[in-house]
Amino acid sequence: MLPRWIFIPAAIGALFVVLPLIAVAAKVNWLHFWSLITSESSTTALLLSLKTAAASTALCLLLGVPMAMVLARSDARLVRMARPLILLPLVLPPVVGGIALLYVFGRLGVIGEYLNAAGIQIAFTTTAVVLAQTFVSLPFLVIALEGAARTAGADYEVVAATLGARPTTVWWRVSLPLLAPGLISGAVLAFARSLGEFGATLTFAGSREGVTRTLPLEIYLQRESDADAAVALSLLLVAVAAIVVVGLGSRRLRGANAW
Amino acid sequence: MRAVVESRGVDIEFDVGAGKVLALLGPNGAGKSTALHVIAGLVHPDRGEVRIGNRVLTDTAAGVHVATHDRRVGLLLQDPLLFPHLDVTRNVAFAPRSSRAAAAHWLAEVDAAELGDRRPRQLSGGQAQRVALARALAAEPDVLLLDEPLAGLDVAAATAMRKVLRRVLARDGRCAVLITHDLLDVLTLADHVLVLEEGRIAEAGPVAPVLAAPRSRFGARFAGVNLVGGTADPDGVLTTQWGTTWHGSPGPDVVAGESAVALFKPAAVAVYRDKPHGSPRNTVEVTIAELDSRGPVIRVRADEQSDGAPGLAADITAQSAAELQLSPGDHVYFSVKAQEVTIHLSS
Repeated sequence: MLPRWIFIPAAIGALFVVLPLIAVAAKVNWLHFWSLITSESSTTALLLSLKTAAASTALCLLLGVPMAMVLARSDARLVRMARPLILLPLVLPPVVGGIALLYVFGRLGVIGEYLNAAGIQIAFTTTAVVLAQTFVSLPFLVIALEGAARTAGADYEVVAATLGARPTTVWWRVSLPLLAPGLISGAVLAFARSLGEFGATLTFAGSREGVTRTLPLEIYLQRESDADAAVALSLLLVAVAAIVVVGLGSRRLRGANAW
Repeated sequence: MRAVVESRGVDIEFDVGAGKVLALLGPNGAGKSTALHVIAGLVHPDRGEVRIGNRVLTDTAAGVHVATHDRRVGLLLQDPLLFPHLDVTRNVAFAPRSSRAAAAHWLAEVDAAELGDRRPRQLSGGQAQRVALARALAAEPDVLLLDEPLAGLDVAAATAMRKVLRRVLARDGRCAVLITHDLLDVLTLADHVLVLEEGRIAEAGPVAPVLAAPRSRFGARFAGVNLVGGTADPDGVLTTQWGTTWHGSPGPDVVAGESAVALFKPAAVAVYRDKPHGSPRNTVEVTIAELDSRGPVIRVRADEQSDGAPGLAADITAQSAAELQLSPGDHVYFSVKAQEVTIHLSS
């Protein structure tokens, strides 16, 4: 039983989150809304955002699932020491992340130097957008999956091994299917975070229309010249995020009784 | 198998004959599960050897450690752990050695043929455990490791599961190691018992002699007999470290001056409020720790003995319990006739 007064700060907190969204919706010029969000620069930015966010989510899954499983299952000291480092982007300002990425993949970066010599340029390309988004989203996916993997425990994997299944078979037929609910919510979180990425993208990839200018960058740019367009696009981003979060919510509910 | 696991204070060695079932008994933390985990390859012993027939699975001296999935060792735990995303048939067909046909066969063997299409969450605890047994058997293991597989089941489900286990264990001639806390499991399923206490083997042997004359504290408590440890003299008198004497009939193995145990059944113990006079019986003063009703009899359990062994137990009728007006904390006298006590060499 909660004390009654606790509802007051809770309600203030909820208002604090919801009010700005309402304010944006109230500010929208509904008369020109459709033409504002379907202008060429807007659709280009939206499509680029969806494409890069999808690519970085795929990259997050490819790298994050093994990372989460190693973190959840391994007791090695190296793994325990690496854990806070891996989760660092969670608390790092994205701009700092962007600068750090430049020093790895930039023209004079640790790896970029060699890539550049081989004729491969990463900084200020669409690839850089995907890398920046992956850098900030990966910890979200890893932390969500690691929790799910720890809760599930290793007992099913042990039983599968006693039945004669090799580790790779166990991975595909037991570990991954059991992780599916966590996998879906982790991927949705990573996608949402990628969609909203701004600081690291701007620093590491710049703002080239059609190449690296994603929806958040477009909104920031339009704010200077065309406030109506910026508000309309903001609402669009809120709508996309809402669809994703609502999708996550219902998936989560299903995930709990999926089997 | 022989294993020393220092981090868990375990040092044990035992054999299971082909087609035999060994029951592992012992208090919690005695090292029973660790022993199974060493056999299954889930725990690397500091020193030791695991061998099935002529296959060496673990040999620390030679640096051999076969991976769990290549051991052909089946494991059944208290939690059936059926894969929740697969139906029953796919669960039983999971093992690489299994197949849908094998799954149908083994499901029929465990009286679960009609459950094939169900999801694990649609099964009762007893059904799930029988399916888990079918899944383990479908992998054709050489050894079956059973870690309290009946512990979570209600009486009817445990009875059905025990029947199935007895059938499959008796027929296929595959050896098994069973951890249990239930006397009925030992009597119906096991050929040999091994009692572990604090990571060491306290006693071992065929079921009947061990249960009839246990030499270990846990074995005695498990078999429901009283055990008093001390030193024997040639006349059949046992003297405890704290100076009480027990008269009984010495077994042929008793050596004077060696440590020995006196055994007697709780039903042979009479309980008195006042010290009985002039009788040739064994009489000790005890404090009642607990009273427990077991059908028509009341079990009177006394406080721990001076060496930490489980307290002596007396079974008396409800009527005499009522006449004596016993309650925990009371001081009473336990008395046993000498012919009810047997003295054995302790292990």
